[in-house]
Parts: sequence; C-alpha cells; structure tokens
Amino acid sequence: MTSMILTNTETVPGLKVVAHFGLVQGSTIRAKSIGRDFMAGMKNLVGGELRGYTELLQESRDQALKRMTEQAEALGANAVINLRFSTSSIAAGSAEILCYGTAVLVEEPGSQHDYDSPSDGYGTPGAQQDYGV
Amino acid sequence: MDFIQIYTGLFLLVLGLVAGTVVERRHYHRIRKREMGFITLPAVSSRTIVDEHEVLRSQLALGSAVISVDYFKRFAASLKQLFGGEIHSYSTLLDRARREALLRMKENFADADLFINVRFETSTISSGNNSRIGSVEVLAFATAIWYRADSSHAIPTPLDR
Repeated sequence: MTSMILTNTETVPGLKVVAHFGLVQGSTIRAKSIGRDFMAGMKNLVGGELRGYTELLQESRDQALKRMTEQAEALGANAVINLRFSTSSIAAGSAEILCYGTAVLVEEPGSQHDYDSPSDGYGTPGAQQDYGV
Repeated sequence: MDFIQIYTGLFLLVLGLVAGTVVERRHYHRIRKREMGFITLPAVSSRTIVDEHEVLRSQLALGSAVISVDYFKRFAASLKQLFGGEIHSYSTLLDRARREALLRMKENFADADLFINVRFETSTISSGNNSRIGSVEVLAFATAIWYRADSSHAIPTPLDR
C-alpha cells in the first residue's frame, strides 16, 4: 500500500486534486470487555484518565480508518480529503465509530497529467463520470 | 444495615473528594508543563494556511483521551442539577479532556510545522445503567503540515518580533 494521504481540509495543501471518486467510509462497532469495565468502574470513583477506554477507542478508530482507506484504494484514489469522525453509542457498553471522507486523486501542481487528459497511466478518468461528481 | 450503606457512601464521597482533587491538580500541572513545551507549534482552526510557505507534505493527526469525573464531583453535579446553573465540576472535566487530546495530537506529530483545521469531537461514554455523565471522550483532529525547508519567505509570527 502506498501511503494514503488523509486530511480534514477540502484540499491537500501543496497538491492538486485531479479526480473525485465520491464518498468513502469505514465503521466499526465495539463492545468493552468486562475486565476493562471493572477497572474503569474503580477509576470512576477517583476520576482521571481511563486508559483502557482510550486505547479501545483508538484501536477502533484505527480500524475504521483502515476500512475507509481500503475502500478508497479500491477506487484508485491516493488521498481522502474532508475527513469526518462520528461516535455514537448503540447500546450501553458499545459504541460505533464511523469515519468518512471524499476519495480523490491528487498530484503535484507541475505534473504533466492533467485533469482532462484521457491518457494518464493511473486512475481512471472515466471514474469521475461514473460517480457523477 | 442502613448504617453500613451510609458509611460506605460517605467513605466514597471523601475518597472521591481527596483523590479526585489530587488527580485533577496533578493532571493540570502536567498539562501546563507540556503546553509550554509546544508553545511554538501552532494549531489553528482555520482551513487554509495563512502565510506563504511551500508545503512539503500533509497528514491527518489524531489525539484522544477518555477522562472520568470522580465520585464526589458526580454527586455535587447531581445536587446542582436540582437548582440549575453552571456545573463547574463538569467544565473542568471537559477542559482537561480537550487540552489533553490536543496535546496528544501535537505529541504524535511533534516535528510538524503547523496544524490546520483543528476540530474537536466530544462523546460521552455511558457508564452502565445509570445515565449520569461518567466519562467523556474527546478526539482532537487536524491536518498536520510540514513546510519545505527552503521556503523561508514567511510572515513573521508575533513570537519572532
């Protein structure tokens, strides 16, 4: 996997967006374990950071991001812009983590591949029509 | 039997008050110290870069923290909810969580030059069957920017003057 560029801005600073592939998303629903819950319950009395939960949410967020990145890669994108996160609790003790963004193809501004040149070697210029963006 | 329950409750309140105050004070001390270390690394909420640097690369930066409130403060907040008004115990909880999350984001990318489009996402974690706020998770995210080393025609920041 070539490293996917992720940003939460509308552009990738310093690079030019040449094709849009539409929305990509990744999500995961996680439950907390009894062991972690017990430790958190103890910690809840004295306050402070609940490290177990921080790690749990970080892991699930990484997984959601990975799923989103895989989706973007399958479309032939090399960047996801305008990334958003959202967390919602489904039931007591479990949470859904969702991340979504716009998959795009970016390149250096001086590059000879142009937005409407049909013959660039990577990406599919037709894709931007397919997804209606 | 009732006495045992009352004593247990009182014990938990005192434990929460003492331990919670110590934990909070130490946390604030750590936060201030680390914030001073990052005072030259700006994180802005604007979506574009204001000065004229050339960008080498950019990447998503994340930082998160789950912080819980102690037993005494939760009890105090539930009393306060009878009368209304600002609940101070929760405002320090959220303040700590936000600052901690932002600091972790900066620590993850300490070699970056700038963070743009900083956003915070706050969610409560339900602690079992009672619906009172037990702990909050704050996620800070932004786009980390690295400048090209030779692009030095920057507008001086107030710190340079």
